[in-house]
Amino acid sequence: MADMDVLERQKKIQGLGVSRLRKEDARFIRGKGTYVDDIKLPGMLFGSIVRSPFAHARIRGIDKSKALAVPGVVAVLTADDLKPVKLHWMPTLGGDVQAVLADQKVCFQMQEVAMVIASDRYAAADGAAAVEVDYEELPAIVDPHFAMAPDAPVIREDIAGKDEVGHGKRTHPNHIFTWEAGDKAGTDEAFDNAAVTVKQEMLNPRVHPCPLETCGCVASFDKVTGQLTVYLTSQAPHLVRTVVAMLSGIPESKIRIIGGDIGGGFGNKVPVYPGYVVAIVASIVTGVPIKWIESRIENISTTGFARDYHCVGELAADNDGRIKALRFSALADHGAFNSHVSATKLPAGLFSICTGSYDIPRAYCRVDAVYTNKAPGGVAYRCSLRVTEAVYLIERMIDVLAQKLGIDKAEIRRRNFVKAEQFPYTTSLGWTLDSGNYHPALEKVLKAVDYEGLRREQAEKRSRGELMGIGISTFTEIVGAGPTKVCDILGIGLFDSCDIRVNPTGSAIARLGTMSQGQGHATTYAQIIATELGLSSDEIQIEEGDTDKAPYGAGTWGSRSTPVAGAAAAVAARKIRAKAQKIAAHLLEVGEGDLEWEVDRFKVKGNPSQAKTMKEIAMAAHTSNLPPGMEKGLDATEYYDPPNMTFPFGAYVCVVDIDRFTGETKVRRFYALDDCGTRINPMIIEGQIHGGLTEAFAVAMGQAVPFDENGNHLGNSLMDYFLPTAVETPHWETDHTVTPSPHHPIGAKGVAESPHVGGIPCFSNAIVDAFAHLGVTHMDMPHTSYRVWQQCKALGISAR
Amino acid sequence: MIPREFEYHAPTTVADAIGLLHQLGEDAKLIAGGHSLLPMMKLRFAQPSHLVDLGRVPELKGIREEGGTIRIGAMTTEAELINSPLLQAKCPLLVEGAKLIADPQVRYKGTVGGDIAHGDPGNDHPALMIALRASFVLRSATGERVVAAENFFRGTYDTELRAGEILTEIRIPVPAIGTGACYAKLKRKVGDFATAAAAVTLRMQGNKVQEAAIALTNVGATPLKATAAEESLRGKALDDAAIAEAARLAMSICDPVQDQRGDVEYKTAMAGEMTQRAIRTAAARAAN
Amino acid sequence: MAAKQTVSFKLNGKPVDVVVEPRELLIHTLRERLAHTGPHIGCETSHCGACTVDLDRMSVKSCTVLTVQCQGADIVTIEGMEQGGALHALQEAFSEQHGLQCGYCTPGMVTRAYRLLQENPDPTEEEIRMGMSGNLCRCTGYQNIVKAVQAAALKLAAAREAPRKVAAPAPAREETPTPA
Repeated sequence: MADMDVLERQKKIQGLGVSRLRKEDARFIRGKGTYVDDIKLPGMLFGSIVRSPFAHARIRGIDKSKALAVPGVVAVLTADDLKPVKLHWMPTLGGDVQAVLADQKVCFQMQEVAMVIASDRYAAADGAAAVEVDYEELPAIVDPHFAMAPDAPVIREDIAGKDEVGHGKRTHPNHIFTWEAGDKAGTDEAFDNAAVTVKQEMLNPRVHPCPLETCGCVASFDKVTGQLTVYLTSQAPHLVRTVVAMLSGIPESKIRIIGGDIGGGFGNKVPVYPGYVVAIVASIVTGVPIKWIESRIENISTTGFARDYHCVGELAADNDGRIKALRFSALADHGAFNSHVSATKLPAGLFSICTGSYDIPRAYCRVDAVYTNKAPGGVAYRCSLRVTEAVYLIERMIDVLAQKLGIDKAEIRRRNFVKAEQFPYTTSLGWTLDSGNYHPALEKVLKAVDYEGLRREQAEKRSRGELMGIGISTFTEIVGAGPTKVCDILGIGLFDSCDIRVNPTGSAIARLGTMSQGQGHATTYAQIIATELGLSSDEIQIEEGDTDKAPYGAGTWGSRSTPVAGAAAAVAARKIRAKAQKIAAHLLEVGEGDLEWEVDRFKVKGNPSQAKTMKEIAMAAHTSNLPPGMEKGLDATEYYDPPNMTFPFGAYVCVVDIDRFTGETKVRRFYALDDCGTRINPMIIEGQIHGGLTEAFAVAMGQAVPFDENGNHLGNSLMDYFLPTAVETPHWETDHTVTPSPHHPIGAKGVAESPHVGGIPCFSNAIVDAFAHLGVTHMDMPHTSYRVWQQCKALGISAR
Repeated sequence: MIPREFEYHAPTTVADAIGLLHQLGEDAKLIAGGHSLLPMMKLRFAQPSHLVDLGRVPELKGIREEGGTIRIGAMTTEAELINSPLLQAKCPLLVEGAKLIADPQVRYKGTVGGDIAHGDPGNDHPALMIALRASFVLRSATGERVVAAENFFRGTYDTELRAGEILTEIRIPVPAIGTGACYAKLKRKVGDFATAAAAVTLRMQGNKVQEAAIALTNVGATPLKATAAEESLRGKALDDAAIAEAARLAMSICDPVQDQRGDVEYKTAMAGEMTQRAIRTAAARAAN
Repeated sequence: MAAKQTVSFKLNGKPVDVVVEPRELLIHTLRERLAHTGPHIGCETSHCGACTVDLDRMSVKSCTVLTVQCQGADIVTIEGMEQGGALHALQEAFSEQHGLQCGYCTPGMVTRAYRLLQENPDPTEEEIRMGMSGNLCRCTGYQNIVKAVQAAALKLAAAREAPRKVAAPAPAREETPTPA
């Protein structure tokens, strides 16, 4: 009977581990979300940006006169209008500067040149079409391999005199930084002495996160109070507030950034874009709210892209396929400005996780970053800060090694995995993996798909000239930026926060420094706190995104919410429970040590009918009936500085059938096992896996942001940029193991980017595997039917 | 996202629509379903000063059979084609083709006449109509003329339609009993234009081809009638060699544009592959 | 400026009048003039479907319709799906099956699914995927959206069969499919 009661109470809590339905759904299913383009303020004007048609050109002159004559147009802002407030340039989150409105030259096609402010978006569009700009075209650099040629055109004349841009010495005007990690000498030696080495060039093409809602803002400066309010599609409202304060000179306490409902982020909504800055300036100048919402083509063409890493992977191994050394390098095309999020000490993000799930004694990696005449960016798109690039390289290279040695692709992984007893394991590139258990995860997946049966089937199909591929990906992710000693952005440490207030009638409100864009934080944080406090998650309100209310945090990107803010929530809740225990002891007139916690109450050991629920304690906390000297109220705030990153992992298998006459690939099966430690809401995790795998499918099979040799976009609308529909998207099978993080208060790790990081190489591995028997060791993405057919043609198997 | 401004006219008869075209001149464009024209106007690639909307002209609706000819009003939507019991029974190629156009929302608005008259080599109906030996009724202030589909398309966005003329009706001879047809369309995803597509109708007698029609989508400036390929099949037994030869001849007339769907070599090869698949499926359907 | 026109239509059962330029897109009229911000804008090339509304019993991308073309039309948006305080079976199912994450595609998805189930009350999974192929989603990977449509189909079928026994709300605008 007592157990039934406990179960009933646990059910009421709807806490950790429960697949409870989401609290945020109520408004979304009714179309009552508040996205930034839904915001309407009195007197609001609309801004439309005029953009460069050229990838590289001098601006000889701008004629605003026709635009100003368009009915409804109020102003046309150019760099000259921003100069008096020194805002024509702005610092980036990557330690560089970026033009807000182009001053004298443009460096990428569709770079911002002017903003037309008008009474509504129709007049603004007419105005933008009427601005006349006189350009003198310059030769453009599109291929990063030519960026550092001796005679290469100089892209960044504004920093020509600078020998460093935030990350060490530059060796060429188009060079940004060179970053390296590991033991070069030791690694080179291991390669020189290795029984077997493999080397492969691999491309991570430029792609774009393309959330369904584009970027935008409503900036509203109140001339009377001096208060600036900006409704913003931002994944990191506090960081933006600090940057805006630094840029504008307005005291940070008078700046309010509001991230409301955001229609997907995927890293696209972390940077500060010129459109935001100009809208803010325009609002300050006009004294009315200014709305700027970009179009889809603007989004794909100018906001934070992802990847564009041109890699060389090398592994050294013994004849049994045991990897002795790893040597990876990347030429990184950052576009015209280094604008992407990086921790100051990690300009190539977390690329050094590239030793993956394997025990590799020697490793060295190096990234050379260059400018080209393309849009700025690089870190985005569910990448966990360049982890997509790193994991792609190691997961593809281990397959390359397997093929060279004729070792089965699952077996070679088994031989190289970090073993369970080795955790916590410090890689040869310096990361300490907190926990992992790779072998059972792989075995579970291989059994589920009948791997041996699939290999038999493949052999039989090959004998009949059919192409079938089996792809494996056993990845380790690194998320939860991060320990402030290592991780900061513009100096600000990447801690995060939670502020909980329990009210007298026993419900609570918690505010955090992260910013959901669909990840379900209103539900999952409530579940964490519900279990800690014994209050129903239905009665725990979660707020994020309003910088006037929420404690300081670094926002939601790189799967950091659960590892950092989730930890803060648990720790803050535990502070409250510790205080509640003291109050309960006082109310029950026993010692603290005489109490035990059960679901939602403290019970006296040996006398369980004597108990106080958290609700009762909450009321008491607001009365005089407290231990002498105890402060009233039942609140706590925690700023959590994580001791380490967290390292979720997974094992994925993908089965493909390729039509050699058209190059089309059918994904027959995709089985994904993820381990993110403690699982807060399995339903929400599964949804994240589906979404991340679908984006992985899109990247691997069809996405690219292509340019011609003059830097002109060749496919920057949804006509060409591949967003799969429900028809192309495969069916996903999900599974899990649970290996908690030893350092996280609830043992949880982040998860939302794992399927993307692990999924992309799984697709690639499957496609290459389909051709492995014909001697193919690598094929670059995207694996469009066109490109796959070209491989078939090269092998002489494309015709009937 | 925002078109340039224009004046809007919504006539209720064909005669009124033609009158408006005369009155407004070159700067007026007809709008049918709007799902080719409005996207172009929103990007300001097209900037007509006047739109003449055919959406309220009842004369342009309807699907019926008259004396061995199927007559389809030009403003019939793709969805109406798909749901037509007459077409499902007597002209299944058109139903199959319409289902492969765009997506469900676009099919509720896009019209067969608009798809034909726009002159976009990526549109599907032109090749379907050529394969069906269809003809188009063009009406002007001075009367009507009927132009065969195979003579209607002159170049990219360039058709036989003269200024002041409106495509009012599509006429399709009811395919004979024993005809099988297929539209094989290779595309990157649902909603995309064809990388290459082939529309094939075959009238068979046993294993021998009596009549063949083959037309290709999006591998030239216009839809392409593969006349040599058709002739190569006539009277022949339909074996692998004959099908391969027909595909080779179809490929020989291809002149595609390189774009993100593929280069010239790929698109041409795919036209051949789609021709082969369409022939095989059409033959199998003819056998039923 | 082109002469503005008065356009009268029904929006979620209520008559409305707007005065618009010919070039004004229906999506802008709904969002800006009529305060119905449920339908969203996700692109400008008519691909994404976030703007989908139900117009004269057809699923239509409201970004590719001129408001002046809507004289006398009967338009339903996501805001009209809930009737008398009761959610439509699709709205319930989308939440129950976790068929939404950021919520941006959701109004278009639900509005399109509504018409899909009118066209075909018992669709297969393949028919659902084809039937929803005009609506893009970046968050869910579609799998739970398919489950939501399937679940809603079952709820609606049960409601048709035993309207007195089942508490599920009867949709106000259920009709037979449009005849050819």
